[in-house]
Amino acid sequence: MENTVNIFLFGKKYAVPENLTIMTAMEYAGYQLVRGCGCRNGFCGACATIYRIKGDRELHACLACQTKVQDNMYIATLPFFPLVKEVYDINKIPVNETVMMQLYPEIYACIGCNACTKACTQGLNVMQYIAYAQRGDFEKCAEESFDCVMCGVCSSRCPAGISHPQVAMLARRINGKYLAPGCGHLEDRVKEIKNGDFNDLIEALMQKPIEEMKELYNNREIEK
Amino acid sequence: MYSEQFSESLALVEASREKNIALEPVRMTAEQKENVLASFHPDYKTDEFSVLTIGPNKGDKVPKELAEILQAHSRITADSVCLDKPDYETDVLIIGGGGAGASAAIEAHEAGADVMVVTKLRMGDANTMMAEGGIQAADKPNDSPAIHFVDAFGGGHFAAKRELLSKLVCDAPEAIQWLSELGVEFDKEADGTMITTHGGGTSRKRMHAAKDYSGAEIMRTLRDEVLNRNIPVVDFTAAIELILDENGNAAGAVLMNMETKELLVAKAKTVIIATGGAGRMHYQGFPTSNHYGATADGLVLGYRVGAKLLYAETLQYHPTGVAFPEQIFGALVTEKVRSLGAKLVNKNGEVFMHPLETRDVTAASIIRECSERGNGIATGNGDGIWLDTPMIEMIGGEGTIMKRIPAMWRMFEKYGIDIRKEPILIYPTLHYQNGGLDIDANCMTTNINNLFVAGEAVGGIHGKNRLMGNSLLDIIVFGRSAGKNAAATAKNVTVGKLTLDHIAKFEKEISDAGIETETVSPKLLPNYTTQKSI
Repeated sequence: MENTVNIFLFGKKYAVPENLTIMTAMEYAGYQLVRGCGCRNGFCGACATIYRIKGDRELHACLACQTKVQDNMYIATLPFFPLVKEVYDINKIPVNETVMMQLYPEIYACIGCNACTKACTQGLNVMQYIAYAQRGDFEKCAEESFDCVMCGVCSSRCPAGISHPQVAMLARRINGKYLAPGCGHLEDRVKEIKNGDFNDLIEALMQKPIEEMKELYNNREIEK
Repeated sequence: MYSEQFSESLALVEASREKNIALEPVRMTAEQKENVLASFHPDYKTDEFSVLTIGPNKGDKVPKELAEILQAHSRITADSVCLDKPDYETDVLIIGGGGAGASAAIEAHEAGADVMVVTKLRMGDANTMMAEGGIQAADKPNDSPAIHFVDAFGGGHFAAKRELLSKLVCDAPEAIQWLSELGVEFDKEADGTMITTHGGGTSRKRMHAAKDYSGAEIMRTLRDEVLNRNIPVVDFTAAIELILDENGNAAGAVLMNMETKELLVAKAKTVIIATGGAGRMHYQGFPTSNHYGATADGLVLGYRVGAKLLYAETLQYHPTGVAFPEQIFGALVTEKVRSLGAKLVNKNGEVFMHPLETRDVTAASIIRECSERGNGIATGNGDGIWLDTPMIEMIGGEGTIMKRIPAMWRMFEKYGIDIRKEPILIYPTLHYQNGGLDIDANCMTTNINNLFVAGEAVGGIHGKNRLMGNSLLDIIVFGRSAGKNAAATAKNVTVGKLTLDHIAKFEKEISDAGIETETVSPKLLPNYTTQKSI
């Protein structure tokens, strides 16, 4: 028999094998998950979870699919958090800090408590990227927030009511669309294709007998 | 930090690292590839397949688990709902909230149609979110759509529908441009040149990426755009049956609230199936890299109303799923790890193959190394092979891993393994459904009018094996196309009287064929509540 640990799911005690993640422990206990379970691989942010180890005052946040259970772990999942998502037209927004003042003015009410950073399930410096957003440094905000899975735990801990993941989302889109350097070879290729430059080549491939296609494939030159 | 059991093999890997980096492994010949596939690829294990006895693909073989849900009972009967008073009416109904569904929604909305998206979990809970390595597009001067075509056609065993593949490769650069204009952040040089790498089976470096969050970056941007357009998204609501009209055209779906089980009716002029893949069917008992809802729902919905499948017997096993630690068993280790220089190494510290053969060949070779050749490393959960990640830092310089594949570092770091300093253990994992519903170049199914399909639920774009980076590409190209075409078609559609007669008809086929089954489908979610440790 594997070693077991005691965990408390929403306060109720279950004994589960110690090698499970919080997510698989919930399933082991008998929960058929609908909420709070998405990619199961740490990318989607569906399984934000808050826990505390008995006897410890500190609250911890994690993704249930990426975190092993521990003995005496008190667990509450946070499958949804009411983030504020403002709608905007990406083609019509100002590309400076006024966009933040218009859409997410609460970021200027940040009191610098750093609770967001402490709570981040991805270990990001959340307060720092909000600071970048405040001053309209979207490139840095985008870089600092890039690994965000938008689980919302940061916002659940914020006394200023900031929806950090949505602020960062806006910054990344502005950076990707307006601030990142344009790509010449991409524009050229799109034009060439629209111009029909490859039509004959493609048309030839559409007709070519399979044996000739095999010949072509097996002898193609591969870039080093 | 690895425990004692791995130290002997680990020492051999470390001792051979410099020599292995310098080594340029030869690629296999066509014949060698065929042999390893026939002997070791899961698609070739005939006793894992069943022959369908009813439906449009009667006589075809598919994985046993898929046959069971394709030839299963509906969750409802025709009188479970009232079709006369639909709860929703729209021009374009999109089933699925992943990359294909979101792209379709944006384009259909752009074309002026009323659109709604239903998704059984949240918008963005999809394999798109988990795609790590990148997206292909032939946009460099030394590359062309024709070269991309040849790579993909050969990699897919010369089986792709050419009209679909030519669309994929010719629309690829524009897809990248469209994403860029939406604000997706691609990895670029300071002058704007795309940073591109190889994938398995590519002959040019055309893999565009957003670190190793490529799919997540695309998905969250598309989701944001769908929300900005105020397109209605009905989440935690699954489509459980398509609705046809009296003329046999697709005209909506019966929906089920995943939490309350309430049934709802959505009437539409056109329907797009964008339900994604099937990893959570765990074919042949494989673990999977897929998201929680990947249960082939769209194939079931389509099949039951008579839509044909193509290549449903071919699955992709990604060569590098996590083999250790067990908490992330089966999770994806992006192919980009190999694109950046990490090689596959056996227990003796030997590089046994070129790391960038196509996925099917690589997976089969890893299975051979662990079985017939006995060169795998026992992990406590089967055998695995080393993927020597420290090579990346030695080749690309210190910091390459944090810059290019931070998600991989993070995933292993949580279990005390620093991939910059230690190699990782991998084994193939069920990754992608190569086959799916048969469509024409307009994304409409070949035999049900007004029923469109996009994304992983389509069969035929990639043939019988898909190259890395062509799936993120196909969800964008075919998602956009399905959205545009479904919106255009909707303008000229008059929906006839709605019917669910196909349920009874299919039920009769089941009993006439003597199929005895208790199974109902679509499956919607896997059940992991049995007391297992994985």
